[in-house]
Amino acid sequence: MSMPCRLRPVLLLYVMVWPATAAELTGDIGLEARGFLHPPMQSVQHEAGLSLYAAPEFYTDWDDGRQRLVFAPFGRLDQHDDERSHIDLREFYWRKSFASAELAVGLRKVFWGVTESRHLVDIINQTDFVENLDTEDKLGQPMVSLRLVRDWGNLEFFLMPYFRERTFAGQEGRPRVRFVVDTDNPVYESGAETRHVDWALRWSHYIGDFDIGLAHFSGTARDPRLVPQFSSSGPPVLIPHYDQLDQTSIDLQATKGAWLWKLELATGEQLNKRFTAAVGGIEYTLYGIFDSAVDLGLIGEYQFDDRGSNVTPFQDDIALGGRLAFNDTQSSELLLVTGIDVDTRGRFTTIEGSRRFGQNWKGSIEVRFISNIAVGDLLADLRDDDYLELTFARYF
Amino acid sequence: MHPFPLTLKALLALVFLLPLASAAWAQVSPEEKGLQIASEADARDHGFGDTSSVLTMILRNRHGQEVTRQMRSRALEVTDDGDKSMIIFEDPADVKGTALLTYSHKEGDDDQWLYLPALKRVKRISSSNKSGPFMGSEFAYEDLSSQEIEKYQYKFLRNETIDGIDYFVIERYPVDKKSGYTRQVVWIDQAEYRVHKVDYFDRKESHLKTLVMDNYQLYLDKFWRPLHMEMVNHQTGKSTELSWSEYTFQNGYTDRDFDRNSLQKAR
Repeated sequence: MSMPCRLRPVLLLYVMVWPATAAELTGDIGLEARGFLHPPMQSVQHEAGLSLYAAPEFYTDWDDGRQRLVFAPFGRLDQHDDERSHIDLREFYWRKSFASAELAVGLRKVFWGVTESRHLVDIINQTDFVENLDTEDKLGQPMVSLRLVRDWGNLEFFLMPYFRERTFAGQEGRPRVRFVVDTDNPVYESGAETRHVDWALRWSHYIGDFDIGLAHFSGTARDPRLVPQFSSSGPPVLIPHYDQLDQTSIDLQATKGAWLWKLELATGEQLNKRFTAAVGGIEYTLYGIFDSAVDLGLIGEYQFDDRGSNVTPFQDDIALGGRLAFNDTQSSELLLVTGIDVDTRGRFTTIEGSRRFGQNWKGSIEVRFISNIAVGDLLADLRDDDYLELTFARYF
Repeated sequence: MHPFPLTLKALLALVFLLPLASAAWAQVSPEEKGLQIASEADARDHGFGDTSSVLTMILRNRHGQEVTRQMRSRALEVTDDGDKSMIIFEDPADVKGTALLTYSHKEGDDDQWLYLPALKRVKRISSSNKSGPFMGSEFAYEDLSSQEIEKYQYKFLRNETIDGIDYFVIERYPVDKKSGYTRQVVWIDQAEYRVHKVDYFDRKESHLKTLVMDNYQLYLDKFWRPLHMEMVNHQTGKSTELSWSEYTFQNGYTDRDFDRNSLQKAR
């Protein structure tokens, strides 16, 4: 009787240690503090707030590394905003690799594109907009995807049977526009609503100094039109309208020494109207400025979009910025970008900085402010919501 | 017209010409001899196929404070061009899963892609930053990139015997104008053509850094690899140590293991 008892801890240890070579838990948890530089537009909103997030990621490989399961949930608890307190499955998929193909089933995140100031061709995932205005936080997209790897490039097919709605700040949340977005009553062009099956196809390759991607997407647009709706019982709300969209896009980067030339172009049909949008420009890096190890990257991009201002604020805009990489042991970085509306001269400025502390901690700072904004601009409602955000995160 | 005298003649010629040939070798210019030594060192590494290893990096500032970095590294030999390599960062935790893919070229800039796991983004990056520090260390990108013969011009300086070991001491001059160095002095042992020490001289001709490579191990009875390197910066007092472990050859890697897809799956 005593033998199995003594064996049990050994077996337990064996079970715990054995998968360690092929499985791993990583991720980060952090505390975020936001302070707004102006009093809120509405009295239910707040001057400052705290929030906590957790982004663990678990994966395991088997079948000689040919199969992988990824499980990456995300959760945030916000002091004030019920909409910002949310959980999501960023990734939860199974993938099998073949000699020159790859099949994946589940919720995934996919990034397409090359430019910095706007991610025009990046269309697979819905934006988790309560996380950040920069649209770089994404919700996991349910899909079946197949990638073929050939000498002439990669060809990828995506079948997406379920649509994810964009998240928006709630009643007490900031930054947000004057009226609350009613995420409970979205309007879909397609009768299938969230069950419309979207598909996409992408070819990507590199030829010498050029990286190129060609893609087509057909399905529910990720960017909703926000339509005001007046009600007798309370203040007006914004209803998200999700149109059907057919979009063909190209993304191109030429890497010529310290110069990066970038272009994203998209054209398609939305509400029976053809549209064209583009973003392109340069990034030039000055290495080791002032005889130091610091690199300065200069960014200049132009944005064009002939859709209405209720769809996008990037109709005729210039983005100028600089990125400092300190190349120190703490990986310190600082980015400053200003977007300027060519017509109205309105400006939207972002400062982002980060630095590692010790081996596993990271501190970051983010400042966003709007200046010179004209009344009636899509961003005008955000002019009181300039903020400074500090995040301290522990990685594991 | 008898074949016998001909053979005898040939034999005699051989006997007389051999010392002449070696005398001619002794009279080659220092530049030619430097190139010959570098070519021989390079030729001895031909056929390694592919490698995989774990790399630990210790960065030390002038006060002796240390931080440690860990990464995995893979390389694939490419016969008619520079090699392909992938570095996957493991530690510190905030850069875990970040991976760097390099196609080095004998001439011109290398091709480089960086994978950023948080955004799932593969970014083509400029490789023209030769002299910049790698991961905040004392190693510049050009110190760690594939050391193709064509990347330098050479000059033999002298033979030197240290602790009973005979070395060739050669000088090499980077061809790339973006290099941070005017010249490097390299100590190569005469028995196995392994690099043991490099002195780096910056653009102002002052002695910037010294690299010492030791703990050489022999793999597959043919290929020598140093399992330890230390780079000391004489101007800042900082140093970086690199240690390799789990070195394996002949992993059966193909080009598919060094493309933009494998970059995203690497960790």
